Amino acid sequence: MPPKSLCALVAGLLVAGVIGACSDRIDPYFLDVLTGIGINVILAVSLNLVNGYTGQFSLGHAGFMSVGAYLSAAVTLFLGPRLLGAGGGTALEQGLLFLGALVCGGLCAAVAGLLVGVPSLRLKGDYLAIVTLGFGEIIRVIFQNVNALGGALGLNGIPPYTTIAWVLAFVALTIFTVLCLVHSTYGRGFLATHDDEVAAEAVGLNTTRYKIVAFVVGAFFAGIAGGLYGHFKQSIAPSGFDFTKSIEIVVMVILGGMGNTLGVILAAILLTLLPEVLRPIADYRMIIYSLILIVLMISRPQGLFNFHRKKT
Amino acid sequence: MAEFFQQLLNGLSLGAIYALIAIGYTMVYGILRFINFAHSDVFMAGAFIGLNAARFVHVGTVFGGLEVLATAMIGCAILGITIERLAYRPLRRAPTLNVLITAIGVSLLLEYSGQKFFGAAPRRFPALFPVREFNFAGITISSNQLTVMVVTLVLILALQFIVFRTKMGTAMRAVSLNPRAAQLVGINNDIIISFTFGLGSALAAAGGILYALNYPSIDPLMGVMPGLKAFVAAVLGGIGSIPGAALGGLILGIVETFVAGSPWSTGKDAIAFGILIVILIFRPTGLLGKARVEKV
Amino acid sequence: MAFFPKRFSLAVATAALLALPACRKPDATGPAAASAPIEVGEYASLTGKEAAFGQSSHQGTVLAIEELNAAGGVLGRKLDLVTEDDSSKQGEPATVVKKLISRDEAIAVLGESTSSRSLEAAPICQADKVPMISPAATNPAVTQVGDYIFRVCFIDPFQGAVMAKFARDTLKLHRVAVLTSVSSAYSVGLAKYFKAGFTAGGGEIPAEQEYSEGDKDFNAQLTAIKAAGADGLFVPGYYTEAALVCIQARNLGLQIPIFGGDGWEAPELIQIGGAAVEGCYFSTHFSPENDAPAVRDFVAKYRARFGGESPDGMAALGYDSAAVLVDALRRAGTTAGPALRDALAATRNFPGVSGVITIDADRNATKAAVIITIKDGRFKFVQSIAP
Repeated sequence: MPPKSLCALVAGLLVAGVIGACSDRIDPYFLDVLTGIGINVILAVSLNLVNGYTGQFSLGHAGFMSVGAYLSAAVTLFLGPRLLGAGGGTALEQGLLFLGALVCGGLCAAVAGLLVGVPSLRLKGDYLAIVTLGFGEIIRVIFQNVNALGGALGLNGIPPYTTIAWVLAFVALTIFTVLCLVHSTYGRGFLATHDDEVAAEAVGLNTTRYKIVAFVVGAFFAGIAGGLYGHFKQSIAPSGFDFTKSIEIVVMVILGGMGNTLGVILAAILLTLLPEVLRPIADYRMIIYSLILIVLMISRPQGLFNFHRKKT
Repeated sequence: MAEFFQQLLNGLSLGAIYALIAIGYTMVYGILRFINFAHSDVFMAGAFIGLNAARFVHVGTVFGGLEVLATAMIGCAILGITIERLAYRPLRRAPTLNVLITAIGVSLLLEYSGQKFFGAAPRRFPALFPVREFNFAGITISSNQLTVMVVTLVLILALQFIVFRTKMGTAMRAVSLNPRAAQLVGINNDIIISFTFGLGSALAAAGGILYALNYPSIDPLMGVMPGLKAFVAAVLGGIGSIPGAALGGLILGIVETFVAGSPWSTGKDAIAFGILIVILIFRPTGLLGKARVEKV
Repeated sequence: MAFFPKRFSLAVATAALLALPACRKPDATGPAAASAPIEVGEYASLTGKEAAFGQSSHQGTVLAIEELNAAGGVLGRKLDLVTEDDSSKQGEPATVVKKLISRDEAIAVLGESTSSRSLEAAPICQADKVPMISPAATNPAVTQVGDYIFRVCFIDPFQGAVMAKFARDTLKLHRVAVLTSVSSAYSVGLAKYFKAGFTAGGGEIPAEQEYSEGDKDFNAQLTAIKAAGADGLFVPGYYTEAALVCIQARNLGLQIPIFGGDGWEAPELIQIGGAAVEGCYFSTHFSPENDAPAVRDFVAKYRARFGGESPDGMAALGYDSAAVLVDALRRAGTTAGPALRDALAATRNFPGVSGVITIDADRNATKAAVIITIKDGRFKFVQSIAP
């Protein structure tokens, strides 16, 4: 791994820590918005790995997010009291529990990614999109029917462990991981699979492996984002992770330019700030979103922030 | 036993509506090879056009009901053709993914514009046709269910006639088989594609009205779930095949109804998607579809 | 792909742009000016599936606040009502309540009329020590979240028992099927309490079916219920689905009595249900036909303020939630959380328009329920049942 990116990661983690330490001096509403931005960045970057780099059009990302959200909440709500004891534990103990819960959620989401990726291997384009959509819905219906996790009512009162430090740290980690993957042989494999799968296979690349890796890694980080989301909103329900949520993430990837990490990050920031800025005309938000999608696809399919790759 | 037949009847009625919508999906896919996500919202638009048209007719008569149906079908045909012209035609040469995304955009646009202008709260759809119940052998059929099945049958037969007995239909089949060759023999692809969209949208509108007759609470997001399920039905029957779409719709409607009447009723949405995944893994061409050879 | 200078500077520019608003220090919490208005937060479902509830209770609250302000406000200050719409969606109450507390500095929060969304917001209010008064959430779990959560209505164990008694004694039913919505805490809870009450009195539940919010087709469930030979059907859900259930039941030839709880109370029930809901029953908190002078007064004021519209249970409870809050503010003498909480908990025999309100040890109100029926396309009062 080139030391340059490692330095960047450490720098990112330091920034996260510094901002976390000064968080009392920052306007709490602004902190909330920043947390939302961070979570969306993680979601968009992880989806970009699957949709953008590897060319597997997945419409079920919200499903992985929900797996992460539910499993991490289950850990903190059900295992937490037993592990931390009656006193609630020290800050360090809570932090460790949270980290453990997040990782657990991410791993479960990764397993879900595997389960979704394998049957989808033979499918392309629209079929893949619909199947991933279907998987997203199936995951939602499963959670709706598991009464131990609240069923259709979801889980409330999740402890608010998400702080800006955690979110920014994971943003740095996600970007680092994705960029490292992309700049390695895996990245070449992803791009080859994206450009022309048949040719890639003919040259001897195992496209199956690359597709699965993309799905699993993408799902892992979506799960982390889900865990952060659950402990931020303190309340999750299956209806919040439906097709509409997947579409919102997809719009960020498309706006940023599929396969362009920086563009996707900027798009995520823009699209999280937009509803806040547009609060007075909140009813028009989705109308504007959809118009952006249509106009973009017709006039600038490579995305708003894509400056050098002319390919779609 | 009576319960079984009643559920079967309920399933057929629901399935007929899925069939109407599925045919629209399959027709567009057959010609353009992409999934028109906005189709489900044309379905919704049909119901809303019907709601507004109903104010001008005598509600509760057969003639009035047919007038509203015709108005909605024509209105949505125009809507479908407009969408194709504005959003899909500029992307005729673009990768399918781009068109798919545009379709999602159009779908969202219709849904949220509907929410903005009609309000998100559900509205009451009037009983267009005279409502009666018929009882025999312990089964009750409502006239609305009968209307659904009769109208669906008539429309499917009309569609078969158009596709197999008219010049337009032959042209449609030609374009669907090989667009380049069709152009070479003098077919104007643009007109045929517009015609296909118009036809498919008209069917969706009919589906919307029939759906609203049986479930008289309509709202701008009403098309999302039926649309997804109708798409599953189209894939189940073999995408690109009109009889396949009809068959797929009926099967899905029946399966869903039996699941809804069972102890696992809350999983009925997942059943549709489960079927989709199973079909795509084991028999991707669907029940009546033909395998296509893809040259690389 | 190396980072081109152009993209890098774009990234830096964005980071700088983001940092700008953050530099603004939060408004110092200095002593509030003596005449600054008291911020009261309200979150309600003004749009979406349960818009009828949110609109009603919001109007009742607005009426109360305007009246109290016209009478001089409380503690020498006027009340400023900050209302947020949660669109009847899960996930929204958490966001808007956080905004009400941190950004708008609400000293108390009024809301919501549904139990699921109240359950979502309650932990946030509890953690921030801001009293929350729910006008109409009837599931017992809502106030169990903590000592800062109150309600001014009865709870479902009572409502379930009321409907069970009504089914048994007035409608003379012995086999009542139950059709529950699994998507709302209210429906699940009310179904449970009804079943307990009905079977305790010797009744039978021959069929239990379920549906999800947003479902349109209940033919399958109703067919199963018809086959089970029920002589009555209890539908403890919300008005949109209840109306559709009634229509489809009648279409299937199921002519048995159908009844429900306060989730039915909305004009849309009759609009959508039409002839199918004639003769059905439901329990609720209030009837505008009540003869008491306070009620007649309230009905007149409400009609005058809202263009001739008659108030329903949600409106009356919205009004009372604001009135109880102001009464507690007067007794507490301050807007501080802990003192306000204690004053709310000490509310005794407050004369509300929906009934006399006494907050008990569980922070619930013990009040009478009324049974309403639909006759000639309108709601009609049938009887009142005391606890």
